Amino acid sequence: MFEELNKGLPSIPSLGSYRRLSPIKKHEMRQGLLFISPWLLGFVLFTVLPIIASLIFSFLDLSITDGILSTPQWAGLDNYIQMFQDPQIWTASGGTIGSIWITIRFGLIALPVGILLPLGIAILMNSPYLKGSMFFRSAYYMPYIVPFVAAIFLWGGMLNPETGWINRGLLWLGLPRDMLPGWANDINWVYPAYVIMGIWGIGNAMLIMLAGLQGVPTELYDAAKVDGANIWHTFRNVTFPMISPVLFYNLVLGVVGIFQFFLVPLVVNNGTGRPGGATMFFNLYLYKTFFTFQNMSYGSAMAWLLFAMIMIVTVFLFGTARYWVYYAGEGRS
Amino acid sequence: MEEKELYNPRSTAKTLLVTGVTAFFLILFLSPFAFMVSTSLKDDDQITALGAPIWPARVATYEYNGAELEAFTVPLNSCEGSEDSNDNKTLAIVKKGLRESTFIDPDNRERGEFVCAVAWRSLERPWQFSATLDNFKETWSLIDYPNLLWNTTMYAIVSTIGVLFSCTLVAYGFSRFDFPGRDLLFIVLIATIFLPAFVTVIPTYTFFQKIGWVGTWLPILVPTFFANAFDVFLLRQYFMTIPRALDEAASIDGASRFRILWSVILPQSYPALLAITVFHIVYAWNDYFGPLIYLSTNRDAWPISVALSTFNGIYGSDPALIQAGALMALVLPLLLFIFAQRFFVRGIVITGVDK
Repeated sequence: MFEELNKGLPSIPSLGSYRRLSPIKKHEMRQGLLFISPWLLGFVLFTVLPIIASLIFSFLDLSITDGILSTPQWAGLDNYIQMFQDPQIWTASGGTIGSIWITIRFGLIALPVGILLPLGIAILMNSPYLKGSMFFRSAYYMPYIVPFVAAIFLWGGMLNPETGWINRGLLWLGLPRDMLPGWANDINWVYPAYVIMGIWGIGNAMLIMLAGLQGVPTELYDAAKVDGANIWHTFRNVTFPMISPVLFYNLVLGVVGIFQFFLVPLVVNNGTGRPGGATMFFNLYLYKTFFTFQNMSYGSAMAWLLFAMIMIVTVFLFGTARYWVYYAGEGRS
Repeated sequence: MEEKELYNPRSTAKTLLVTGVTAFFLILFLSPFAFMVSTSLKDDDQITALGAPIWPARVATYEYNGAELEAFTVPLNSCEGSEDSNDNKTLAIVKKGLRESTFIDPDNRERGEFVCAVAWRSLERPWQFSATLDNFKETWSLIDYPNLLWNTTMYAIVSTIGVLFSCTLVAYGFSRFDFPGRDLLFIVLIATIFLPAFVTVIPTYTFFQKIGWVGTWLPILVPTFFANAFDVFLLRQYFMTIPRALDEAASIDGASRFRILWSVILPQSYPALLAITVFHIVYAWNDYFGPLIYLSTNRDAWPISVALSTFNGIYGSDPALIQAGALMALVLPLLLFIFAQRFFVRGIVITGVDK
């Protein structure tokens, strides 16, 4: 999906290029624009105008009280000054760390799992030694369609420190009772608990990676065999480059998802940041500012900070793509 | 050569190993379903019972002279009259004593009461399967399930119609018309995926609040009629695989562009259209954020996701009710998946693997 973005932006057409079109081409353009007009209109109404509005909001003082919008006051850079000094966002060490660092810490755990686990299962699925691969493919994908809130309650029950099956299993394996994790109520285990709760979301990535693996031409594996390559060399030099576009796709979507992560702590720990403030993710803090406290202007400033961070990271990732993402059919540039 | 490999003992061992590992992980991966079913069938005592098995169970009891007697597993060689036996047997306890207790044999009541020299507290207890459907009955009325089903289904149907209608038109525009700026617009469409929701949600919410739409379904349903990046991309990729020669033949016969979409493209695109339909139904069933912010003040309009999380806030200490509610929320998407799985698989592969 991102190959076109990786090729670089097409040039913006000038007005002159429209004038030079033949009447037939002009007619074609008008018809084409008519067909895409539902998106164009929606894009202006629900994306462009709101983006401009939230930028303006971030320079105002604007809130909603009991369903009534306050009269907007010009606030200049106040929201931004407050935001860049907000200890809830930036505190880097001590008892309760800031929401940015919480998000990054969690991402460092969740992202590798979110890429490597579906890749590992896809490699199993793609093995010629697997019997019943169609059944397994559907069965591993299936939990993906379970509604998010229901999946949280299933895994939340599994992870219940007293009655859940995971701790019962750990006891059965011989772990002493006082070493059992407290999972979502335990400051040291709450991130792994969230990763486990999200594990049912891997179905999509698994199928995409499987399709990528199946798309690797068998001649390449035969050639590697003839050259005497071992498993690691074959993976490094054949499989990895050939599936790099799907890895890239999942990596980019994963990073964008991590920055916006907040529904799990909202449902599991009621958005309180418990245990010990460890789950006040940046986007959760933003949600509370906007929805619970209805502070539209401070929320907008935070949303723009989030937007800027996502932009920087995605632009960086797209920048690295030329060094490791290989699109078949073009030379590696 | 590959044929031969199948009969190679080493590859048989590998097949067993790979299939076994895959099956083992699958059992762990799907175990929460078993947890949910098992927990939702238990009553309160069964959940808190010490030493109980994971499946819904209670200790067996037997009726004797008008009293309910608890059952225990007793080594028979400790009992008077059967000192030679090495078996264990399920006996019902009549009189509990510290060093010895009085039992009867439920299978051989003629034998009457007899004493066994065992400490009853240390005995194993036989667990019997015992399930209740009361949790489902209770949850059904507590969350007003029929109303939730109606709201969620209507959301799924209306928004799916909106997505199919708008994304078909837009994808056709992007795949079959050449004009300057088209590719740039398409990239802008794809790039909207990176836009964090709150940048647009805050002003949109403020606006809907101002015009009185907060508390209604309109802020959630209306935008689905204006297309979205994932579904447009999927349909466009599919349309591009349909040969243009067919369009041109229809065009020579005098068909308009809209007619070509309707009579040439759409009849051939039913797999992609079905993929979008099932995806979007599942998406709508799953959607939590939109209904949460726009409908939290209007209880009657809630879909199942919002109702379930609120239900957890109130009855969180009763795991059986929560698991019953979760089962009621996931059963319909699960059935849809079981009947339409190939459309899911195909749709995902198009978005993820295609350029």
